[in-house]
Amino acid sequence: MHLTLKVWRQKNNDSEGRFETYELDGISSDMSFLEMFDVLNEKLIAENKEPVAFDHDCREGICGMCSMYINGRPHGPLQGVATCQLHMRSFNDGDTIVVEPWRAVAFPVIKDLVVSRTAFDRIVASGGFVSVNTGNAQDANSLPVPKEAADHAFMAAACIGCGACVAACKNSSAMLFVSAKISQLALLPQGQAERKIRAEKMVAQMDTEGFGACTNTGACSAECPKEISMENIARMNREYLGAKLTSSAV
Amino acid sequence: MSWLTQTLSSSIGKKLVMALTGLFLTSFLAVHVAGNLQLFNADEGLAFNLYTVFMTTSPIIKTISYGLYAFILIHAFQGFYLAYQNRQARGKVTYSKVDNQSTWASRNMALLGTVLLVFIVVHMAQFWYDYKFGQLPFKKYTIELAEGKIVNTETMPEGYMLKSKLEEQLSDDQKTKTIIVKDLYMIVDRAFANLPLVLLYVLSMVAVSYHLVHGFRSAFQTLGINHPKYNPLLDFLGVWVFGIIIPAAFAAMPVYFYIMHLLH
Repeated sequence: MHLTLKVWRQKNNDSEGRFETYELDGISSDMSFLEMFDVLNEKLIAENKEPVAFDHDCREGICGMCSMYINGRPHGPLQGVATCQLHMRSFNDGDTIVVEPWRAVAFPVIKDLVVSRTAFDRIVASGGFVSVNTGNAQDANSLPVPKEAADHAFMAAACIGCGACVAACKNSSAMLFVSAKISQLALLPQGQAERKIRAEKMVAQMDTEGFGACTNTGACSAECPKEISMENIARMNREYLGAKLTSSAV
Repeated sequence: MSWLTQTLSSSIGKKLVMALTGLFLTSFLAVHVAGNLQLFNADEGLAFNLYTVFMTTSPIIKTISYGLYAFILIHAFQGFYLAYQNRQARGKVTYSKVDNQSTWASRNMALLGTVLLVFIVVHMAQFWYDYKFGQLPFKKYTIELAEGKIVNTETMPEGYMLKSKLEEQLSDDQKTKTIIVKDLYMIVDRAFANLPLVLLYVLSMVAVSYHLVHGFRSAFQTLGINHPKYNPLLDFLGVWVFGIIIPAAFAAMPVYFYIMHLLH
């Protein structure tokens, strides 16, 4: 395959970025999108040029590190797939592919296609955990969890925190991410003790980070590689408003 | 900050304010369209003119209407502020290419809302202001009581004034009744002889339609109501009732008067 790549190059967050155009030949349709970028970088290194910085780790769709905005969509054209699981067979010979970093005030560019997603870490650190010491694993039957609750909690817990929701949202809202993190604990018995304070703190941190507010466009859920449902956002709204009305924090 | 101001100024709190004011405005539309359907009554505007008297004199309606004006302003300015804030969240550099996976209406609520705000100002200046503060003609209806038929109508001479908006009188023989009332119907009738105005109204109703197709369902999502049992009902109400039937009924009014003018 022959491809024309328009890739966003930016030295750091203080400098201005621009698109660079690269021509690539001999790309196999069986390569993953990231392998195609490896080929590009090898070529750049051979030419004594600076390789393109991009995030990646597991390359099997579970770590949430890869983060490319490909042809106007986070993680590219496929549904429910992260960039690392996107293969070149989804493109045609001769295509021009535009690759940009996630764009949000809360996700500053570190270099090229790499953005800092520590805002997500700070949101989780503000309350997305259970601080009760759970001790050794108990007998499974001692803590009954209905199957439906377990399923919904698991679907929320499938969030890999890649930030595609923020990238897809026209408001750069992080509500799908935050709602998944609130939901996975709100649905399980272990999460009950800190349920209210968790919702209050995580939403407050989300607002502090400078993410936008949700307008229910649904773009986040449509682009999420783990297909996290908008039901989670409705649940977060319930959790937050309920917590605000009834928690002891004045 | 107290917990309440903290809640209302949070991102979810701002959405809550948008949802609650939006749903109130939506419920008003249902009342408004029901009343305005009187325009289609073939009674030279009697039912419509009586309805306008009720809407402007009933203490309950008057109280609600002040709330309505406030809610329109809150919904509009909160909406503008949120749209501004949300735009800021993207940062200075925006995407060079966007392949949207969302509906057009959901992305353009602020634009649609701006159209509606302009429409509301034009609409209120035209009818509401005129009715309240303008010099409206009065119309006298004579009704035969036995069959309830209107036997005579007459527009009162220019400069005719009443202390109240409505005056009813029984004739001496108790067989007929006269009603003198401010004739807003005639103002409506005259206004919609004007094609650009009719087009503005129809276009604005298209904006209402798109705004509500997204807004109605979205308001419930914000309130935390997203449930497989109730979603079909909410979708039906949002799309068919508030998104199609009500805007279409409103749009039919100026079109009806315009066609009547063409025919006469």
